[in-house]
Amino acid sequence: MIRVELPYHLRTLARVGKEVELHVDGSVTVRSVLDALELQYPMLRGTIRDHVTHQRRPFLRFFACGEDLSLEPSDTQVPEAVCSGSEPFLIIGAIAGG
Amino acid sequence: MSGVRLLIGTRKGAFILSSDGKRSTWDVNGPLFGGWEIYHVKGSPVDANRIYVSQTSGWFGQIIQRSDDGGKTWSTPGGEKMPDPSDPPNGESNKFVYDASEKTGAQLTTHQWYDGTQHPWEFKRVWHLEPSLTDPDTVYAGVEDAALFRTTDGGKTWHELAGLRGHGTGPQWAPGAGGMCLHTILLDHANPQRIYVAISSAGAFRTDDAGKTWKPINRGLRSQYIPNPDAEVGHCVHRIAMHRSRPNVLFMQKHWDVLRSDNAGESWQEVSGNLPSDFGFVIDVNSNEPETVYVVPIKSDSEHYPPDGKLRVYRSRKGGNEWEALTNGLPQSDCYVNILRDAMAVDSLDPCGVYFGTTGGQVYASADGGDHWAPIVRDLPSVYSVEVQTFSS
Repeated sequence: MIRVELPYHLRTLARVGKEVELHVDGSVTVRSVLDALELQYPMLRGTIRDHVTHQRRPFLRFFACGEDLSLEPSDTQVPEAVCSGSEPFLIIGAIAGG
Repeated sequence: MSGVRLLIGTRKGAFILSSDGKRSTWDVNGPLFGGWEIYHVKGSPVDANRIYVSQTSGWFGQIIQRSDDGGKTWSTPGGEKMPDPSDPPNGESNKFVYDASEKTGAQLTTHQWYDGTQHPWEFKRVWHLEPSLTDPDTVYAGVEDAALFRTTDGGKTWHELAGLRGHGTGPQWAPGAGGMCLHTILLDHANPQRIYVAISSAGAFRTDDAGKTWKPINRGLRSQYIPNPDAEVGHCVHRIAMHRSRPNVLFMQKHWDVLRSDNAGESWQEVSGNLPSDFGFVIDVNSNEPETVYVVPIKSDSEHYPPDGKLRVYRSRKGGNEWEALTNGLPQSDCYVNILRDAMAVDSLDPCGVYFGTTGGQVYASADGGDHWAPIVRDLPSVYSVEVQTFSS
């Protein structure tokens, strides 16, 4: 089970708490985590990454176990601790005023 | 029993203000979607319980929300969890992709950037939602970068009417200060084939075949701030309004100048007359008097506040040129707010109610066509849009 922590507004949109749990088949990568997240919560499609290009929105970052995965290729494996569920995959919004 | 419901979009959420037909006491509901920029909230004219919202943010992009119960509950159309991955595809209510297909689309070109260079067309947000006059599931969306989209399934999926973006002058369009937005959509009550739109900074356009083909309708517009003041396109139109009984008569608030057209936009005449400033954003028409028009003059294109610090609505009962200041109940000193282009609306009661919201968070109401004003609320976030739903007994 993969744990994913969402920023505040996406929790509201998906009507979930701070953290959601996902099942990911096969290799656990940044892409497969996001695919599973959007499959379980279709209303999040297009909010974290572009519908068509799948580019990450610039004010969002991905972290896991203290590592910044935001700029890594989307096929990058997430740390083992995330795969095992002992650590969450973090989706964090930039602190950018407003 | 008659009543009105105001649908307010603000920089940090939406609000619904409700009153009976007297329009003297109000219930305030909100914020809805707290923390999100709400560009526009509008109800279906054929199903008052059906309301659409455009919420947007720099963090998470565009979201469309829909209510089927008059704003009590909301959903992202088609965003429901599918119990089985083999089920039909989920709706994609926030997927606005320009149609560049050979069959129905238009090639994605570039448009002019602020510095005169060409810039790729990129979707940013929905500025305006215009529900169909006949079908609650059909809605038009005006977007930035400028294009017109339509849903026919209640907001689950959106498709571009690419004839507008692709009609030929697109590379000459340029963004205004707020972006290159399609902000005005007027549906003709008498002719379902005819739609008017306006784009900053491109101008006004009209289709007579339900969106397949479009033509610029900017003859008579004169803009000193562009290289060719009489150009076919490139004018910063801020807002257009019409009275439903006279769809060939249009009133326009341009960047500078207030104008009217009596021939469906084929030509325009300036009717700024005695206005203290003919810069402004909003313009609307009294629902009972087709020649009674309202504007709120703003000092200049760099000074976005009322002249002399006095918040004055100006009313013409003669379709322009002769304007009277309406001040009763409005602040007449030290007022430096702006009224954005979608932030004025009229109800269809008699006498006509007129409403507008300010960047200072006030929403003002007049239940007598503008003679007397009072704030409904004073301290909302900056108001982006005001729409009215009227309930008649």
